[in-house]
Amino acid sequence: MPAEPGAGRAETLRALLPALALAAMLALIVYLQPRAMSYNGMRLLLNFSLPLIFAALAQLCVIAASDIDLGLGAFIGLVNSLSALLLATRPLLGALAMLACVLAYAGMGAFIAVRRLPSIVVTLGASFVWLGLALLVLPTPGGSAPEWLAALVRLKPPLLPLPVVFAIALAAFGHWFFMRSSYGVVLRGIGGAPQAVARAGWSLLAGRAALYGLAGVFGCLAGLLLTGLNTTGDANFGAPYTLLSIAAVIVGGGEFTGGIVAPVGAVLGAFIMLLTGSLLSFMDVSTDWQLSVQGAILIVVLGTRALQRQAAA
Amino acid sequence: MNSARRWLDTNPWIWSLCGAIAVWGLTIASVGGRGAGATLSTALGFATFYVVVGIGQMLVISAGPGNIDLSIPSVMTLAGYLAMGVMQAQDARLALGCAVALGVGLAAGVANLVLIRGLKIPPMIATLAAGFIMQSMTIAYSRGSTAKPAPLLLAASLARVGSVPVIALIFLAVAALVALGLARSVFGRSVLAIGQNPRAAYLAGIRIGRTMALVYILSALLAALAGLLLAAYSGGASLNMSEDFLLMSIAVVVLGGTSIAGGQASVAGVWTASLLLYLIVTMLNVFGVGAGLRYILTGLIIIGVLAVAKGRPTA
Repeated sequence: MPAEPGAGRAETLRALLPALALAAMLALIVYLQPRAMSYNGMRLLLNFSLPLIFAALAQLCVIAASDIDLGLGAFIGLVNSLSALLLATRPLLGALAMLACVLAYAGMGAFIAVRRLPSIVVTLGASFVWLGLALLVLPTPGGSAPEWLAALVRLKPPLLPLPVVFAIALAAFGHWFFMRSSYGVVLRGIGGAPQAVARAGWSLLAGRAALYGLAGVFGCLAGLLLTGLNTTGDANFGAPYTLLSIAAVIVGGGEFTGGIVAPVGAVLGAFIMLLTGSLLSFMDVSTDWQLSVQGAILIVVLGTRALQRQAAA
Repeated sequence: MNSARRWLDTNPWIWSLCGAIAVWGLTIASVGGRGAGATLSTALGFATFYVVVGIGQMLVISAGPGNIDLSIPSVMTLAGYLAMGVMQAQDARLALGCAVALGVGLAAGVANLVLIRGLKIPPMIATLAAGFIMQSMTIAYSRGSTAKPAPLLLAASLARVGSVPVIALIFLAVAALVALGLARSVFGRSVLAIGQNPRAAYLAGIRIGRTMALVYILSALLAALAGLLLAAYSGGASLNMSEDFLLMSIAVVVLGGTSIAGGQASVAGVWTASLLLYLIVTMLNVFGVGAGLRYILTGLIIIGVLAVAKGRPTA
């Protein structure tokens, strides 16, 4: 990273922006509804963020390669359907299906790398494949969550509610892997400076497959948590996660190009996107407007960032 | 041999046309030759909706890497709902309803533009965010509104000359105009020049701001028009009426031979690819394939064609 004057300050601001936005939202929520401050309040408020924080990390893996995944929501729907159908009754087959899902994702990454295809079209086409597969195995909503999965999402760890524990663990892992580990730097390089990565002797093909495979792992975990929360499967349950996960990564400080991602920010971004719903209902505004607020947050965050960049230039 | 090769490379739409004819033939053969004309006539009608949004998406994608309009489905639904709501199923209010639909398109195009050019937000996320906002406006508006078209509009959307749908004829003409415009007009050449190399286009004195403005506004206007027509055609607007159109608008552009990297467009390809995609759906329906398998095959075909097309040396 070139040490331009002021670059450090801009980077700090980029990292702080999502944290400040989340703090402001939480403050407003607690002001409107003081009971939200308690352990149980937080648990209720945040429990449905469990799939989203994993979906955000999955999307972050793809965005790190300067790609975008428009099929993630459908993939989460597929995992939701498969796990609800198989895991409770035929655990071994269910586990194999999960493994196949992850491998399919890694394969998609390799395919994109080999044929140099635009990820936006491939993942959009793949979204039809995931949705079709989900409808094939589970034509109508149904199935059930295995007991251990339903029990997992009901866990009440001491001090901090489960979603917060998961978020901290996931943010810490993501930060270590992408920002501190040496292979993480290489993987981000695939999005930032692919030629340099290739000249340094790393395989772009293996790197992209690894990023997509990791995205598949996080996508699978998101789908499993969705099954645990809803205790049933539905091919269409995953649909909103495509756009929400992209929004979470971008609001959290990621960029579409250059392999610029911020795992801690993405987790915060997921909470921000999720809390818009609670905030609206505490303010007695119809949740019909939730998408508007999410869109507006995206615009404000990105507009601010662009203005900062202009001021710095 | 060489000139044939070159002709194929500059006319990539020929592939999707061959595909469409093969799929049509296969469908007709499987039912013993009955309904050949009716199948084609229905396909022309449905494909028109893909064409209308596809032309807009094609203009945006041709303007270079990073340019894409993800707000198309939201613009369609919002325009469809507001127009039907204003019309209240009365012919007297038809013109007002159409004006409202076009107004939605214009406003959406300008909003996208302000986000992209003014706030310097990447087009993908700008159109996504604008789409979010329009989608929730539609959801809020749809509560308790009538969504039925004026009888005249309904009749117009279903009208046929012989067995050819009138809307198909209209948008064949529109497509021809756009193709001519791309090849001959300053605007068309500017779009392609920017798509090939924005810096070179800028140095050559092309007005980038004005061209990009027109591209995004045209895309939104066409989406609004498609929403209006689709709402009429299906007898009313519904919240999920445009759910497949994001993929389809991009798929018909890519399958038709327009370069996803920009700078090269094929209007004829948008038409042939739209026909191909609709005929595939018809064929799978005739074969009694369920919705699940139909989605899988559609997705695989789109990815497969993209992979093959990109493999050709000129691509």
